[in-house]
Amino acid sequence: MRYAETGFNLEIDLTRGNIERVETDPRDTELYLGGLGTNAKILWDRVPPEVEPFSPENLLIFSAGLLCGTPATGCNRTIVSTISPQTELMAFSMMGGFWAPELKYAGYDKVILRGKSPDLVYLWINNDKVEIRDASHLHGKGATETAKLIRQELKEPKAQVAAIGLAGENRVYFASIEQGRSSASRQGIGAVMGDKGVKAVVVRGTRDINIARPAEFLGLCNEVLEYIKVRNQNPIPGVMTILQGLGSPQEMATHDEKWHTENFMWGNSRVRRRDFWTDEVKRAWTQAMESMRTRLISCYNCPMKCAATISPPGQPTYMMKCFSKLTYTMAAMSDLEFGLKIAQHATEYGVDGFSTPQVMAFALELYENGILTDKDFPEMPSDSEGRFYWLLDRIVRREGIGDVLANGTYWAAKEIGNGAEAYAHNNIKKHEQLPLKLSMLNPVYFLMYATGEKINITQIEGQFPQAPYPKREDREAFVKDWFQVPDEKFKQYFLDWEPRGENSNPYYPTVQMSCDIVDWQEKMHYIDDALGMCAGLSSFPLKPPYHIHNYPQFISSGAGIDMDEDKLSQAAKRYRTLVRAINIRRGMRRKDDKPPENHWKKRFPELEEALLDTYYKFKGWNSEGIPTKASLHDLDLDYVSEDFIQRGILTDGDDAPSQEISAEKVQK
Amino acid sequence: MGEKKKKTIKSIKIDVDKCNGCRACELVCSAFHAAPKYSSNNPARARIRVISEPLKDIYVPVYAGEYTAAECSGRDKYTIDGKEYDECAFCRASCPSRDEFKEPDSGLPLKCDMCEGEEEPLCVKWCLNDALVLEEREEEVEEEEEQEQEELEIGLESLAKKHGMQKIMDALARMSKKD
Repeated sequence: MRYAETGFNLEIDLTRGNIERVETDPRDTELYLGGLGTNAKILWDRVPPEVEPFSPENLLIFSAGLLCGTPATGCNRTIVSTISPQTELMAFSMMGGFWAPELKYAGYDKVILRGKSPDLVYLWINNDKVEIRDASHLHGKGATETAKLIRQELKEPKAQVAAIGLAGENRVYFASIEQGRSSASRQGIGAVMGDKGVKAVVVRGTRDINIARPAEFLGLCNEVLEYIKVRNQNPIPGVMTILQGLGSPQEMATHDEKWHTENFMWGNSRVRRRDFWTDEVKRAWTQAMESMRTRLISCYNCPMKCAATISPPGQPTYMMKCFSKLTYTMAAMSDLEFGLKIAQHATEYGVDGFSTPQVMAFALELYENGILTDKDFPEMPSDSEGRFYWLLDRIVRREGIGDVLANGTYWAAKEIGNGAEAYAHNNIKKHEQLPLKLSMLNPVYFLMYATGEKINITQIEGQFPQAPYPKREDREAFVKDWFQVPDEKFKQYFLDWEPRGENSNPYYPTVQMSCDIVDWQEKMHYIDDALGMCAGLSSFPLKPPYHIHNYPQFISSGAGIDMDEDKLSQAAKRYRTLVRAINIRRGMRRKDDKPPENHWKKRFPELEEALLDTYYKFKGWNSEGIPTKASLHDLDLDYVSEDFIQRGILTDGDDAPSQEISAEKVQK
Repeated sequence: MGEKKKKTIKSIKIDVDKCNGCRACELVCSAFHAAPKYSSNNPARARIRVISEPLKDIYVPVYAGEYTAAECSGRDKYTIDGKEYDECAFCRASCPSRDEFKEPDSGLPLKCDMCEGEEEPLCVKWCLNDALVLEEREEEVEEEEEQEQEELEIGLESLAKKHGMQKIMDALARMSKKD
């Protein structure tokens, strides 16, 4: 018997309309756990680097995490993996909500889509009964509306629906997959779903998920619940409000936005407004949120309330979470009322809340600077809010300038030319980033921005405080009950970290310490993404209930796989390296591992080189960022080094790279 | 009237305003009632359900009550604070009109047993938002035999009203011959 996982994947060939239920190899679970780990293995095996994102050969994998569907609190994430049309690298966006556990209860760990459907369809997975159904009547429907219509037509109010909106159908490079209160938004995976002709994947399951050692597993779950209660009663002092507790940042509950509005950049990530947060603004924004927010809500099996139901006057109700609360507001230089209203349209269209506002602000900046002109914006309103609505409608329909902008700032700037590239200034690996521009280089963040292959800072940071505490006594208090650290040395790193003087940024944490800290933070995210655990209860917040010391027991008693800290760390390193290998094979190299040029004002080129050199070595990568033959061997990934050698990415017996291969491909 | 006797009544106080819709109650209920205990998880086997319509802001945790062979002939709709609740939203019955509270394989009815043997029902324990709170109170009840007798007579009376006393007597006579 398989425990925690079902041991079956659904393989769906959309071109031929063929559906197969395929048993998986339990040895793969042991090596790559599940979720992101096994997704990476499948993409490596089956999607060679020649495959374009919009090729029928590209796969779109919906995976539940290994522990989804078990009572492990907060373990509900769906990991969607494919090749991104925007970055042309491996994308692995995730969503919480209710979809992944439902898939497990239906009897599957993954749904693997290949090929392309000639007509728009949706998939209906109801335990053993799996159908490809006509979705022509859902053409152009909003993502939330689609879910509602499908539940009605199937007469299955309990079906969980992951759907795309118009943006996905029109292959907008930052289209999302929406699922009620959650979405997998980053890197344009909704566009791949649209390209495959799939409007929605709908699941209902009423089967059992088994636990290997039930009493032990439930005991661990109870400990987690008890610790959540403790943490809820004991917010971390000395950090900003949204970082004090557990869960993803409590943006739906928090009214105080002084920190975001005065420290993050407005417009096209350009303007800092230092005295923005007045009493008057606070009153108006609190009123806006309270008048539209009907309830704080959660994902499956989680006591946190990170999302909210929002009902803007005169518009349909939708659900929102986290920082999309402010992205539209700040990009349009507007207010919260506008932000909550336009986000309703954006959710129905199914677009990413980070990239979309930035693309629109970028377009308006090009207009102000004469690079785009009136003829690019026929009949566009003159006010900022009106322009945002106008642009959003053009982008998701790919009409006029919207067709160019729908490819994101990097590709749009290339196409527009005439100096537009300088305005696409906030990207990493062609992907739009949070609007943050800071002063002094932070070595830990430098490494995370440069090398994070989720290409999103929130998907690698966490656990370690973002800034030093000014007083040593406060630092001592902080480390006292910090049992989550994988090694005692991390406490010392933090104790000695000062805001100013010798032990401050950028030379402290030292290069070696920075490597240790980044590796720990990244490792916890990768473990979460294989297990399906929400980062909000694990890798993202300070002092979380899940950590490297209790995870091995969860896996042993839940999935029946013998696990300890070393073996788990090794597994995480294995599939993390495999993600790297997929991207290396697609042309990614050291030159792509860099934060936006203007992210920090004070840069230290020599230090930055040393950071990358040391971190690459630490990870077992050569100076180009390519995993070496020896390190691949240690991770049981000889098949990767063989492929690298065959392709001339590595030379035999010697890990120096052969000739330079360009990551830049000509866009089709 | 018979003698009074003390009985502990357990009930779950449900605050629909505090429910965040996470369904941890369903999950842990199914785990507790698995054999061996906690060995499997399947909310479709749970004896508690969160009846929800997120876009209408409706979240009603309902725990399973008695099985009923026939569905109601008339049904209600409630409007509370401007929200219209579905006809069966508050009903605890395992009933032919819906899928709730039935084993998914056999269709056999499920009924909440307040997690016998545990300090409190696990749905209550796992609801950190206090949408579910256990309440216990002592009540004086009639001796059970007396009560049953009374119930039987009420039932027979209503049957007699509907069919006439003679028919009931005939039916009873036929039934007793069969035995």
